[in-house]
Amino acid sequence: MIEIIPDREGQVLRKGDGDKSAPMVCDKKSTAGSVSQRACVFCGSRVVLYPISDALHVVHGPVGCAAYTWDIRGSLSSGAQINRNSFSTDLREMDVIYGGEKKLTAALRQLIDRYHPNAAFVYSTCIVGVIGDDVEAVCRTVAAEKGIPVIPVHSEGFKGTKKDGYRAACEAVATLLGTGSTEGIKPHSINILGDFNLAGETWIIRDYYERMGIQVVTCITGDAKIEDIRRAHGAKLNLVQCSGSMTHLAKMMEEKYGIPYKRASYFGIEDMSAALYDTAKFFSDDPTIMERAQNLVREEVGKIYPQLQAYREELQGKKAAIYVGGSFKAFSLVRALRLIGMQTAVVGSQTGGKEDYEQLAEICDPGTIIVDDSNPLELAKFVLEKDVDLFIGGVKERPIAYKLGVAFCDHNHERKEPLAGYLGMLNFAKEVYSSVMSPVWQFVPRRRLQHQHSAFVTTPVKKQHPVDPCTQTLEEK
Amino acid sequence: MLDGTTAEIKERSALRINPAKTCQPIGAMYAALGIHGCLPHSHGSQGCCAYHRSQLTRHYKEPVMATTSSFTEGSAVFGGMANLTTALQNIFSIYNPDIVAIHTTCLSEVIGDDIPTIIKKAREEGKVPEGKYVIHTNTPSFVGSHVTGFSNMVASIIKYLAEKTGKTNDRLNIIPGYVDPSDMKEIKRLLGMLNVSSIILPDTSGVLDTGLDGNYAMYPKGGTTVDNIKSMGDSFATLALGHFASHAAATQLENKCNVPAGFLELPIGLTGTDRFINAVRQYATIDIPESVEEERARVIDLMSDLHQYLHKKRVAIAGDPDHVIAMTQFLVDLDMEPVYVVTGTPGQFFERRINEIVKSTLPEFKAKQAGDLFEMHQWMKQKPVDLIIGNSYCKHIARVENIPLIRFGFPIMDRGTHRLFPTVGYAGAARLINEMVNALLDKKDRECEEQWFELIQ
Repeated sequence: MIEIIPDREGQVLRKGDGDKSAPMVCDKKSTAGSVSQRACVFCGSRVVLYPISDALHVVHGPVGCAAYTWDIRGSLSSGAQINRNSFSTDLREMDVIYGGEKKLTAALRQLIDRYHPNAAFVYSTCIVGVIGDDVEAVCRTVAAEKGIPVIPVHSEGFKGTKKDGYRAACEAVATLLGTGSTEGIKPHSINILGDFNLAGETWIIRDYYERMGIQVVTCITGDAKIEDIRRAHGAKLNLVQCSGSMTHLAKMMEEKYGIPYKRASYFGIEDMSAALYDTAKFFSDDPTIMERAQNLVREEVGKIYPQLQAYREELQGKKAAIYVGGSFKAFSLVRALRLIGMQTAVVGSQTGGKEDYEQLAEICDPGTIIVDDSNPLELAKFVLEKDVDLFIGGVKERPIAYKLGVAFCDHNHERKEPLAGYLGMLNFAKEVYSSVMSPVWQFVPRRRLQHQHSAFVTTPVKKQHPVDPCTQTLEEK
Repeated sequence: MLDGTTAEIKERSALRINPAKTCQPIGAMYAALGIHGCLPHSHGSQGCCAYHRSQLTRHYKEPVMATTSSFTEGSAVFGGMANLTTALQNIFSIYNPDIVAIHTTCLSEVIGDDIPTIIKKAREEGKVPEGKYVIHTNTPSFVGSHVTGFSNMVASIIKYLAEKTGKTNDRLNIIPGYVDPSDMKEIKRLLGMLNVSSIILPDTSGVLDTGLDGNYAMYPKGGTTVDNIKSMGDSFATLALGHFASHAAATQLENKCNVPAGFLELPIGLTGTDRFINAVRQYATIDIPESVEEERARVIDLMSDLHQYLHKKRVAIAGDPDHVIAMTQFLVDLDMEPVYVVTGTPGQFFERRINEIVKSTLPEFKAKQAGDLFEMHQWMKQKPVDLIIGNSYCKHIARVENIPLIRFGFPIMDRGTHRLFPTVGYAGAARLINEMVNALLDKKDRECEEQWFELIQ
């Protein structure tokens, strides 16, 4: 019997559970001793800033923090790829005793001379916060000397949760804003905040906006270049995806530059279309934008809809569990799954806020389990209890799902196909279909007929190898 | 992305570019997973634990369980005692492991938490149930590398648990080093063929290479049991495989329980495996069965059949010191040229040993401890190689220089089957030859001009 740590009971909610109308407890540090799936402040900063590909990313600390975050995000870049290297001051015992400032200064100088980056980010790790290096002073000195922004990121691992790391990243990016020329920025212009160009997703979204006649000044931080971020304050609207990471920056930009922001999600047909229409409404002074948006949606949905329908027929009634980093992504996933006929039975996130969970509860079906900062045992328990067919999560969840005989879809850094936009919705449906319908599951005991515990009791049930409905010809159907 | 790599080498006093190592705690976590029913515990910020679990999962493609003390700003100021005490209580009441193996992190090391005192206090307060074990090791991330962390954890397991009753158990201890589950399994298979009863510590086979049977077990069947670890003090000898990962534990056992230790390199390649088999023969006073002789003969047969494709091939090799030392020896056995040999782990022994192995056969080569992949790449820019042997991080160099890469060591994050196929033993040697020859010939078949494209090789 798998139990829930008593201290965590407030972080698990069952929709329609009469006894538990109390609000969801979240924004809490993980309980000591739990197998948390969460990471730290540094991780939060690192994943947000990593996609800025023409900047140096120097990790100030022992080598581990740089090693574990070396080239781990599939954030594509259209130009420089300096970010895919791993740079570390590799602090040793003597540095811990005498301080690492000199080492950091030398490292920055050598790296800037070698790579000629357009800016440098310097991440503080746990140990820097304890030994008390004056990273800001080092950054100031090197910036003055080399003539590029050298930006300290206050990401000491223990100073909060991953969310605090997002915040530190936003503040680092904010130092660049307002330092570039806004010349050439048109009245109908936006920044895309909180997309990280995983598998080229930013490019898909950017193309939609441009086809609507809207200029995209920059994305922060998917395929972002320092020059573009410097002039991002010239845009007229910020569209915030991944609200957990970027709302802070959007609020800062609203306050300082008067740029309003809107939440957006690019996963699933409904949310994608809503994002485009919202933006078109904002620029209502030019009605042709809305017209173009409508045409675009019609055209793109038309392209994918018949294929989605085919997947829907096959996937109808299947159940899914979702465990992702940010909760806003979870909303889109619930809706996207519904579009292909699937029901969400378990949904959780590492960093969701109270309102997010309330909203999740609203859109989910009764009986859905909603969970904050979960751990593998709990997740396994929920997967078994709800008998789900699919798990959507990240690297640590994948092998657990497979061990339970459950299909998996990576909706995190390690996705291989773009899942955003209309094309992304089709890719998502394809990926879900191919994993859920994989012939491998017929060999797993859970999938065999009941009471058939051993593979050798009787011959396994022979099932015809499923054929992807979208590759069948009409005659076959 | 590797545009910055130039042939010209400038002194880098303070900087690591593209490391060939990572930090101690992950090695300690991996070692602890090789104890049956063990839950590794990371005493530090929760990011450390998450990173180690993710990294191990990427390599083994298995669930990796570990808990964390989840440090806060308060812990950084007042110490992590409260966190660790709460953690122990939660761990035993919820996850119910047989044993918890605590390792420290840079943060808790600098704060100076006294782990043994905290464990003692938790035990006194009844937070550790009767019959359960809590052990610890110190793994400061700013000293050594992940291999050091592995070594420290294995030595600490011995220090805490091994006992001498005075009555021999007629078994041979093996400290297998920081190798994959497939390797530990292969070592056990060889010992089975030799009919030698053994205890292997740690043993991640059956933990990080389990099958898919529709169940998720938090504590899989594998791993060295605590009873067996205790009994290691009564074994007739210990064979430590690998200077960097295993010697400390064998020495610890020798000092504590007077079990004689034999120090070897990893049994990777022909010579390495021969030395291992020979050491087992001597310590266990056995004769080598024909079946083992036959396995060996088959590898030598491969070496002669395929020698023409391997000889004088220039190889760059990077990775963990024990792996690289053994592999370098194998390359020399194969008449190949290990011209660039790098480990990120610090330790002068590495360079001395590589020199000994390579000096007599190669006039020119470079060996470096505490090096990084950036520097190895620079050497390759100066004079190229035919083959790279190393972990997944070498793939960037392999691509930009168009040189085949043999994935070897830890971590391998872009291929999936290494956890089932060993690199140790004669079977491992055959597999490595297979991979090397195929990689070289595939490249030739793909790129050579048509008149040189041959059906029969």
